[in-house]
Amino acid sequence: MMEIKDIIKEENLVYKKTPLMTDNVLSYCPGCGHGTAHRIVMEVIEELGVMEQTIGIAPVGCSVLAYDFMNIDMIQAAHGRAPAVATAVKRCYPNKVVFTYQGDGDLAAIGTAETIHACNRGENITIVFINNGIYGMTGGQMAPTTIEGMKTSTSPYGRNLTSMGNPLKITELVAQLPGTNYVSRQAVHTPAAVRRAKRAIRKAFDIQRENKGLTFVEIVSNCNSGWKLSPVKANEWMVENMFPFYPLGDIKVDGKLVKTDNN
Amino acid sequence: MGELKLMKGNEAIAEAAIREGVDGYFGYPITPQSEVLEYLMMEKPEERTGMVVLQAESELAAINMVYGAAAAGKKIFTSSSSPGISLYQEGISYIAGAELPCVIANVVRGGPGLGTIQPSQADYFQTVKGGGHGDYRLFTLAPASVQEMADFIELGFEIAFKYRNPVMILSDGMIGQMMEKVELKEQKPRWTDEEVIKLNGSWAAIGRPATRERNIITSLDLDSLKMEAHNHHLQEKYRRMEAEEVRYETFQTEDAEYLMVAYGSSARIAQKSLVLARAKGIKVGLLRPITLFPFPSKALKELAPRLKGILSVEMSAGQMVEDIRLAVEGLVKVEHFGRYGGIIHSPEEVLQALENQIIGG
Repeated sequence: MMEIKDIIKEENLVYKKTPLMTDNVLSYCPGCGHGTAHRIVMEVIEELGVMEQTIGIAPVGCSVLAYDFMNIDMIQAAHGRAPAVATAVKRCYPNKVVFTYQGDGDLAAIGTAETIHACNRGENITIVFINNGIYGMTGGQMAPTTIEGMKTSTSPYGRNLTSMGNPLKITELVAQLPGTNYVSRQAVHTPAAVRRAKRAIRKAFDIQRENKGLTFVEIVSNCNSGWKLSPVKANEWMVENMFPFYPLGDIKVDGKLVKTDNN
Repeated sequence: MGELKLMKGNEAIAEAAIREGVDGYFGYPITPQSEVLEYLMMEKPEERTGMVVLQAESELAAINMVYGAAAAGKKIFTSSSSPGISLYQEGISYIAGAELPCVIANVVRGGPGLGTIQPSQADYFQTVKGGGHGDYRLFTLAPASVQEMADFIELGFEIAFKYRNPVMILSDGMIGQMMEKVELKEQKPRWTDEEVIKLNGSWAAIGRPATRERNIITSLDLDSLKMEAHNHHLQEKYRRMEAEEVRYETFQTEDAEYLMVAYGSSARIAQKSLVLARAKGIKVGLLRPITLFPFPSKALKELAPRLKGILSVEMSAGQMVEDIRLAVEGLVKVEHFGRYGGIIHSPEEVLQALENQIIGG
């Protein structure tokens, strides 16, 4: 009979943890998509062999401590300002790989100006945008991307479009700007989605290294704590309610908008 | 002798930044300092030295660009004027908290609010007391001439990197706009990437080689005990600045019965008032703080016992006067005089204030 030690061999290895993730225990709630999103970004950096050239920018929000988990040089930015921080790092080091990792409140509310102008200038950086439609870290308040009718602690009866305004499709918005080369919306709720999201992130970094302009990957994700649902229910709710409003797939490729019903 | 030129203060500081080998300037137009960005763009610094110059979409973006490039170990300069510097405050607090070196120039205009575009010195409190949140200090240099606008770039970066602390050059619309003869320094080469790693590689986020742990630039620690320890470290740094970096100059204080204290533009005006007063037989001296933080408190305290009165001359409603009073600990009467809201006092007005508030008062 085969012993366990006979199985644990290099040739049988189907999965390993990237050394670019630290051993620190993730501060995210069980079931949250952030951990997976972190991992695929770090796997791409490892696979590209660019750890020594990479500088990551952490936001304010749930992923404010991204530098505790991403085992690379990182800069923690003020709320919403990550694209400005990344702009300057990249301008001073045009050959380095620079990315921001931001949530919806950070990127699409307080940092809207920095997001739009970095995209419009066509900075050769990559923005990874986690959209869970809520301010998770501060306890589940309404975000710019909170969809109609969605209940949060500051829209306790559901988002009312008349009084609270419309959810902002900032990804479609930045896709309109001449400075963006690749804009995609992905998810990490199933293994297949994770593989697609990783391919999109890989493509984004490849394009950055070719100096073709800003690359932007949105990951529609869950916030089971903020949504007050179990992790499984949260993912089901996301598929049923978020994806129709935030459809997955590439929005802009090679600087050209992809023709879909949503554009 | 270096190259001599007739320049505006704003142009001189920009030219000095290029010659210092500054790696990047990030700014946003605002009167009365827009010439800094205009001069840099006109000079094509990307061709002269490879310096990056970028007009940001806002002051918020500009100061965070400074934060980013400084976090990556580069020599970074920015400038703005009062309302813009108010917008910088959040970023400056982060820069101080994360201990990043950089030089920021404030070409002060009258306030509050949108105020006016004329010169003022009413940003003293904002600068030396910490305009942003938290316990931090900005090392503050106060130029009184176009020459010092240029010279304080080199000195500012020396101190910024020595202490890993932001340095403020607190100028005003008069120094920024007036033209004077300025002697420029020789062009320094910018640091190569290898030099940046050698000088700043122990802390800067410039990409992690396999041979070291990752470098993290942050001002955050959710563990309050660690944050208190970090604050202790910052305070120790500020005390070291107070012990080692105070700069000031004195004029005719040897036999002085009265003293004027003034910095920047007001010091230039007070020098003329001093001549007028001496001609009338008034034994008055002048102390010009060159560093506003650290403040020359010790020098003032030493002078205080033999003085009959001190007049603080500032283009504000009276801000530095509070630091003078703290320094002399009640040993001598201290009064304030100054026009403000964009008005520059005349030497005669200062002399009159000296006679009315100090000598006759």
